[in-house]
Amino acid sequence: MGVAVVKLGSGNTASIMFALERLGARAVLTDDAARVADAERVILPGVGAAATAARSLETSGIGEVLRNFQRPVLGICLGQQLLYERSDEGDGARGLSFLNGTVTALRATPALPSPHMGWSRLNVSRESALLDGVRSGDYVYFVHSFACPVAGETIATASYGETFSAAVERGNVYGCQFHPERSSEVGARILKNFLAISCS
Amino acid sequence: MPSKRIIACLDVRDGRVVKGVRFAGHVDLGDPGELATRYRDDGADEVVIYDITASAERRTINYQWLAGVARVLDVPLTVAGGIRTLEQALACLEHGADKVSINSPALERPELITEIANVAGSQCVVVGVDSRRVDGVWSTFQYTGVESAMRKTPRPMLDWIVEAQERGAGEIVLNCMDQDGVREGYDVAQLKAAREKLRIPLVASGGAGAPSHFVQVFAEADVSAALAAGIFHSGAVSVREVKAALRAAGLEVRL
Repeated sequence: MGVAVVKLGSGNTASIMFALERLGARAVLTDDAARVADAERVILPGVGAAATAARSLETSGIGEVLRNFQRPVLGICLGQQLLYERSDEGDGARGLSFLNGTVTALRATPALPSPHMGWSRLNVSRESALLDGVRSGDYVYFVHSFACPVAGETIATASYGETFSAAVERGNVYGCQFHPERSSEVGARILKNFLAISCS
Repeated sequence: MPSKRIIACLDVRDGRVVKGVRFAGHVDLGDPGELATRYRDDGADEVVIYDITASAERRTINYQWLAGVARVLDVPLTVAGGIRTLEQALACLEHGADKVSINSPALERPELITEIANVAGSQCVVVGVDSRRVDGVWSTFQYTGVESAMRKTPRPMLDWIVEAQERGAGEIVLNCMDQDGVREGYDVAQLKAAREKLRIPLVASGGAGAPSHFVQVFAEADVSAALAAGIFHSGAVSVREVKAALRAAGLEVRL
């Protein structure tokens, strides 16, 4: 039990583990589908390229586990993007399809360098257990070149040339485009909220 | 637009934070973990740990020690110093770094940028560039952490940053060596020229001595972030004061 943090490939998963440790959560970093299936809740960090991550979700069997998972799941950054049907990144990637729509590239212009890297304001669009105590105008840390559409599941937006889903919720599935583990007090609160969401 | 980022850089030598003037003659300033946490409390948007002698000594940062800093920090952490293989870059990321910054090894073998970007993503790859004007040309320097090893490369800075971007860098830190440590302000002309060549974020480095220098570099060179080391370490200027000055000048900052 405890939190399973899905290890999809190479990249920074240590900062999520450290953030959970600071919150006193019991967490394990794993690429084992059986351990994910047994977890109380799951964090899908998603590092690297969308197609590679999507492929390893399927080959590991974790994609199938998540499709049947009834307890809270949180996708972070690419992890949120993987909740959608597909992504335009690279030659295209098929996601978990918890959410409808396609993840598209942020439009880079000379005035707006890509990736969108830095602290941007959240605009909270509807109430959610994940964002309890988080207010519009709070800053969180983003690093991304692709973005998720704004729709019914959107609980907060942010803007960088265009407005996109900064956080989402549908049923037991949650997502953050930003990095709560690197977003100081605001991020810690969001992770704490996720850890407090009921598993029943 | 994201807020303008203020990055506190910890120049580390033998496990201690040091500060040199014009890249030579270092002074001990304290423990890196303590300083990193202090900067985060003071409002730093990011922390860079730079092991200044690693590259010239052909080694990289101590991973356990890196994990110790990453464990207590809840803002982004970049590691620089001696990362010359994909394996070393990944080990840094797996021990809690959010980004790796490569400088001299990228000049030795530019393919390294692409190798790391392909596996970990461009957003993890920062290319650090040390530049100084030589005969009227902004020229790229290598092994600048150790005075005896430092050398000028044949690459003009403006060519090198564009190549680094094409090879997959997610961000460029341009350290203007003529300004470094002298606290007379960032090299706005050089940074502006670099910014016009890039579509990835540019970080200004070298020369900060007063809050007004940060206002100037954001307003005039349109950089995404400004990095400083010495003025924060010595307590001459705090991150908070810098942010207050930026806000007063109408620039967006996270306070």
